[in-house]
Amino acid sequence: MFVRWSAAIAAVALLSGPALAQGTKPTDPQIAHIAYTAGVIDVNAAKQAVKKARSKDVKAFAEDMLRDHEAVNKQALALVKKLNVTPEDNDTSKALSKQASDKLAELDKLNGAAFDKAYVANEVAYHETVNGALETQLIPSASNAELKSLLQTGLKIFQGHQQHAVHVAAELK
Amino acid sequence: MPGRLSSIVTAVVFATMVVPAHAATIQITMENLEISPAEASAKVGDTVEWINKDVFAHTATAKSGEFDVNLPAKKSGTTVVKKAGIVEYYCRFHPNMKATLKVIP
Repeated sequence: MFVRWSAAIAAVALLSGPALAQGTKPTDPQIAHIAYTAGVIDVNAAKQAVKKARSKDVKAFAEDMLRDHEAVNKQALALVKKLNVTPEDNDTSKALSKQASDKLAELDKLNGAAFDKAYVANEVAYHETVNGALETQLIPSASNAELKSLLQTGLKIFQGHQQHAVHVAAELK
Repeated sequence: MPGRLSSIVTAVVFATMVVPAHAATIQITMENLEISPAEASAKVGDTVEWINKDVFAHTATAKSGEFDVNLPAKKSGTTVVKKAGIVEYYCRFHPNMKATLKVIP
């Protein structure tokens, strides 16, 4: 519990940190970059889990994450192409990526039940964070209607992931 | 006894007449992670077609195990309902997507 919350708090601090804390709204190219980065992070985490997970439920959950996040990102790429927008790297994206690669390395050292538990706990915290950011920052800041709508669909599907992760975590105990 | 027999006869006649003659296709849409209509009804022998309008893969999976239809993104899938009863089904990938199919004889 402590680990889960501290991870969530750390992630929230990161997200609300550099780029978004200055009171400046992120621009659409920045939002697209953040959303896409967040998706890639979960895809990478899922790929690791598909390989390492011991529990059947955890593996199935990871496969769900892989399928959905790849689908959303494919849509996101198609949309930025259509809108002729170049996603713009920013401090939030950088902070997310850095934190994610640390997490991947940390999880890589774990095996079996310990890995399963840590992966799922991180998925709960990560979706909580990203969903919070979508709801309070990214969606309200998005100015293009199609981008906003894709983010809203994303939020809906990720809220489902969060519930699913909470459920899987409970089953592991 | 004669009453029971005649009702069986009626039921048999009814079943043989109605099922092949009225087989229809019931369309159900999955869009934006919602199944619509959430409550649909079909007759035994009807085809149920799920149309997945999402970019996500879905499934139509009966809790009873009666059917498990895979619905890739932007594709549809069908099943022929064979047994009367209330079938609760959901999407295995997105368990929040739930619906009911009422199959009448």
